[in-house]
Amino acid sequence: MHPAPSIVLFTVLTGLGLGQMAWLGLGLGPDEGLFRWLACALALALAGAGGLASTGHLGRRENAWRAFSQWRSSWLSREACLMVAAMAFFGLYAAIWCLGGVRLWGLGLAAAALALATIQATAMIYAQLKAVPRWSVTPTPALFLVTGLTGGLLANGAVSGLVGAGLAGAAVPGWWAALALAVAAGVAVWWQTSAAGAGRASQGSSVESATGLGFMGRVRSFEAPHTGSNYLLREMAFEVGRKRAFELRRLGAVLGYLAPLVLSLAALGLGGWLMVLALVAHVMGMLALRWLFFAEAEHVQALYYGKR
Amino acid sequence: MTTLPETTGRKLGLVIDLDTCVGCHACAVSCKEWNTGGTGAPLADTDAYGADPSGAWLNRVHTYEVQPQNGPAQMVHFPKSCLHCEDAPCVTVCPTGASYKRVEDGIVLVNEDTCMGCGLCAWACPYGAREMDPVAGVMKKCTLCVDRIYNQNLPEEDRVPACVRACPTGARHFGDLGDPSSDISKLVAERGGYDLMPEQGTKPVNQYLPPRQRDAWASELGGCDSAPFNLADLAEPETADNAGGFLGWLDKALERIG
Ligand code: SF4
Ligand code: SF4
Repeated sequence: MHPAPSIVLFTVLTGLGLGQMAWLGLGLGPDEGLFRWLACALALALAGAGGLASTGHLGRRENAWRAFSQWRSSWLSREACLMVAAMAFFGLYAAIWCLGGVRLWGLGLAAAALALATIQATAMIYAQLKAVPRWSVTPTPALFLVTGLTGGLLANGAVSGLVGAGLAGAAVPGWWAALALAVAAGVAVWWQTSAAGAGRASQGSSVESATGLGFMGRVRSFEAPHTGSNYLLREMAFEVGRKRAFELRRLGAVLGYLAPLVLSLAALGLGGWLMVLALVAHVMGMLALRWLFFAEAEHVQALYYGKR
Repeated sequence: MTTLPETTGRKLGLVIDLDTCVGCHACAVSCKEWNTGGTGAPLADTDAYGADPSGAWLNRVHTYEVQPQNGPAQMVHFPKSCLHCEDAPCVTVCPTGASYKRVEDGIVLVNEDTCMGCGLCAWACPYGAREMDPVAGVMKKCTLCVDRIYNQNLPEEDRVPACVRACPTGARHFGDLGDPSSDISKLVAERGGYDLMPEQGTKPVNQYLPPRQRDAWASELGGCDSAPFNLADLAEPETADNAGGFLGWLDKALERIG
């Protein structure tokens, strides 16, 4: 599938911001004045920026508001509704916390639940597509949830590290981050293992089933319907860059999990500012892995073209 | 509303006879012609006369080579457009409500006024039956020529989808597949019509009729196995010496001049 930069950015950034909201809503993070402001602002900015990025690939942006209407059937619509609800609840929670100095736990819990539900809805947009087995038969929701929560923890850690570097007294959540990263790496390996066996053939799809001609013999695309390219091939038969998938995945794993793990542990001794580096490395790694999430996914319709 | 109807009154759709189709692309061209001038946005092309032409089409004709275990390979021309699935995944994913399946006849349509061009429906369709218009930015798909089949302004015989009307070999049939007594349903039953990608669970309405085996090795045809004929002889049965007719006259005339 075509890894549109707007979608890669959108899924990574919103996951990060929503993960932050979940932890902050649950009451994590110090009550330190500057931390409150910075962490809440970052969470809202990330989620908001991601939301804006997601409109980048729309053909008719003026109709985007209609995406709030089909929550009964569509995961994309549910995601849009949940996202706004999560940002509204969290915004209120953050305002009361920052301005009034109290954390309303009920409101925070609701914001956290909505944030997690939004990540789940994002994942379901992909996980619901039977036509892309690599997304639908793998634990995609678990991958997105754990990625978002880990990123959120790192982002909160980075803010607290930054604040702690300037102002004394902020806790460095290095242990937490290291633990989360270890779990996240485990889930990523789980997803990857299941994705390795989730080709189109695993769901019984082949050019024979696509054409129904298998009863006659081996089927091969002899001639495509058109000599040029088209929307279907550009969107759903993305073959470029898969060659370097292995190298890119290794880079993603090192930057996304290993480097931040080492850095968060180092932050325990060397100072919280290292958490900022951990966050930057993690986000870069996640962008690489999310790019692969799209680029490596094969759509069954490409079978008609004899392509992957 | 992008929830699917429980049942539809009729199940209008196409039956495509892969035995008859000669791969002339007349249906695809006719579809493009009708639908680019239809009620919605035109079916745009980009760089149509340049080096990298591309455009939105609602019907495309693939060609496959099928190699049996024993015997010569066979060409099968394979037109493909929206199958108006009963369990259409493209409809339920749509966030704006632009995609819908009609209760009265089961036709799957896009409301271009409300579509936001997110492309998710095209991702959800296993058949590649939806294409984004490169200029209008809205999703395009086969409408089963809903603006022809009920159109009282057209003569009776034209009230079928443009592709069906255009097909010179009669390889495309249109009708109600929900009614077992309709001609088209009987045709499907008679010829063993089948679903594309049944494993996707979309329950397509359109059906495909299997091609018959067309060729066999000469040895299997009987009678020819002892004396394989020379194809070149068939093409040039006359040698210079025995040539009659125009060639013979020419040969003799040249001989006289020479
Ligand atoms: S063929 Fe594709 S576009 Fe048409 S109804 Fe089925 S899933 Fe939807
Ligand atoms: S492209 Fe249009 S019709 Fe398709 S899912 Fe998006 S809004 Fe719905």
